[in-house]
Amino acid sequence: MSYSKPKFKEKYGNFINGKFEAPISGEYFDNYSPIDNTFLAKYPRSKKEDVNNAVAAANAAKEAWGNTSPTERATLLNKVADIIEENLEEFSLVETADNGKPIRETLNADVPLAADHWRYFAAAIRAEEGSAVELDKDTVSLIIKEPLGVVAQIIPWNFPLLMLSWKVPPALAAGNTVILKPAEQTPASATLLMEKIAKIFPPGVLNVIHGFGPEAGKPLASHSGIDKVAFTGETTTGQLIMQYASKNLNPVTMELGGKSPNIFFNSVMDHDDAYLDKAIEGAVLFAFNQGEVCTCPSRLLVQEDIYDAFMEKVVARTNAIKQGNPYDPNTQVGAQASKDQFEKIMSYIKIGKEEGGKILCGGKPANVEEAYKDGFYIRPTLIEGHNKMRVFQEEIFGPILSVTKFKDEAEAIEIANDTMYGLGAGVWSRDAHQLYQIPRAIKAGRVWVNNYHAYPAHAPFGGYKKSGFGRETHLMMLNHYRQNKNMLISYNKNKLGFF
Amino acid sequence: MKYQQIEITEKAAEVVRKLKEEYGEVIFHQSGGCCDGTAPMMIEKEDMYLDDSDIHLGQLEGIDYYMSEDMYDIWKYTHITVDVTEGRGSTFSLEIPLGLRFIIHSRIMSGEEAASLGLSGNMLDNK
Repeated sequence: MSYSKPKFKEKYGNFINGKFEAPISGEYFDNYSPIDNTFLAKYPRSKKEDVNNAVAAANAAKEAWGNTSPTERATLLNKVADIIEENLEEFSLVETADNGKPIRETLNADVPLAADHWRYFAAAIRAEEGSAVELDKDTVSLIIKEPLGVVAQIIPWNFPLLMLSWKVPPALAAGNTVILKPAEQTPASATLLMEKIAKIFPPGVLNVIHGFGPEAGKPLASHSGIDKVAFTGETTTGQLIMQYASKNLNPVTMELGGKSPNIFFNSVMDHDDAYLDKAIEGAVLFAFNQGEVCTCPSRLLVQEDIYDAFMEKVVARTNAIKQGNPYDPNTQVGAQASKDQFEKIMSYIKIGKEEGGKILCGGKPANVEEAYKDGFYIRPTLIEGHNKMRVFQEEIFGPILSVTKFKDEAEAIEIANDTMYGLGAGVWSRDAHQLYQIPRAIKAGRVWVNNYHAYPAHAPFGGYKKSGFGRETHLMMLNHYRQNKNMLISYNKNKLGFF
Repeated sequence: MKYQQIEITEKAAEVVRKLKEEYGEVIFHQSGGCCDGTAPMMIEKEDMYLDDSDIHLGQLEGIDYYMSEDMYDIWKYTHITVDVTEGRGSTFSLEIPLGLRFIIHSRIMSGEEAASLGLSGNMLDNK
């Protein structure tokens, strides 16, 4: 079975107060597919006035929505999950066309996982309990969770529907209304979702605004009518958003990327078995989603006594990656999401070589069929070097793996932690002691042990250090979207005796 | 001879002049991290709280260029040329509505260049 480019309307609107609205200025921007650089559709170039309308709608809806029961909210979240699942193929095709990732991924990962996160938070909000403490025999402290009110969410382009589904369900489940701004590179799947679920939530509960960062993102993040901002993206914009939030004394959560180490101890090669096969795949997962993952295992650390033998297998597996037409279900790696990303990644390959790095494979644009020659394809690349090089320290956000060796556990930990980020890490070993002690020593929010790139709901995800803060995909995210109301109750009839 | 660590292409300089006219006082702040990171972001000067942790690399077209000190640690031996390409970024950088992105071309500085900027040795023997 093969797929082809899906049909789009000529233009789409913002989704505000339960309706699709044209941008007030009447301006739109063109959205292109990175697969072949062809036009997809026009999306609103929203400005401050559009943002004001969305914020007003979300504020008007917040009280009624905040007073709905968890049962009602959960029922609606589950309906969204059903709709995503019923339209699996349509969402997958639109996502592939918009982002450039292979259809194999959207069909099997992005879209099914998106549905699952809606279900997870529908379940979590119903299973929750508050707390009551008897402070003394007459005094009881109740803690009641209350929604913050209106939440602004600004999401990235690497997993458009999935990042929406990480952020929106916990905010809604917690009783907030939401204004979502998708990345301008990938406005399509959020819009398709609003078309499909337009009637599910009361008007104003979930709003989607399209547009550019300085014109729509900034007025949203700095708006005095919102109560919280959640952001995934790069560090300067993250810092700006925190500054805007500080003016309103609003809480924020931030996910700002990483340079995740993937560490392979010598015992992985003790046997030539299924586990070794899994470990090799684990090293090659840097190419998953074209490397456009915040937790891309982009630094490969291999113990020196197995280095040559292990790397021979990793290079062979990398060279076997099928790349090209993202609509072909056999394609494993598709197109980078945009031209500027393509250029940035190519410039890193150049700088890696200048720094003395050795290209073990790849290192150039990929040869793809004629129909895709205007798209943005880069061959998965391995660069051998050392951890002080820029290609080891900066998030490239492409299919580039920086490879180095270590001699013992202490050196592995030292290299792993020598980074300004701390989002993900991988540890691979057959030694039971290493499997506990090494992950504990790594300063990162998520350490995959004998696996990588799994993102199940109910496993918390978030960063240490400059990777940000907040924990998504877990019920603890609910508390990032809530206030704690403490009711301190006296059941004693007698006065204090002070006055 | 004193070298400059940063430079700008004429094409990018033109965009800078245009945005300066539109927004007034602006700066470059080099971003790191996820998605659209590792690119210079042009932002209104009053938008960004700057302090000693932001290293000043020089001026381009009369605009100050900064990066955070932990990034500077990695970049100090790098020569930066700011260029512009067509593209789109989900950042707050001011060129984005023009359908453009500022990007960085970089190279490792020679020992002589690094020395003129007060750096000893070069990156490769500074492992």
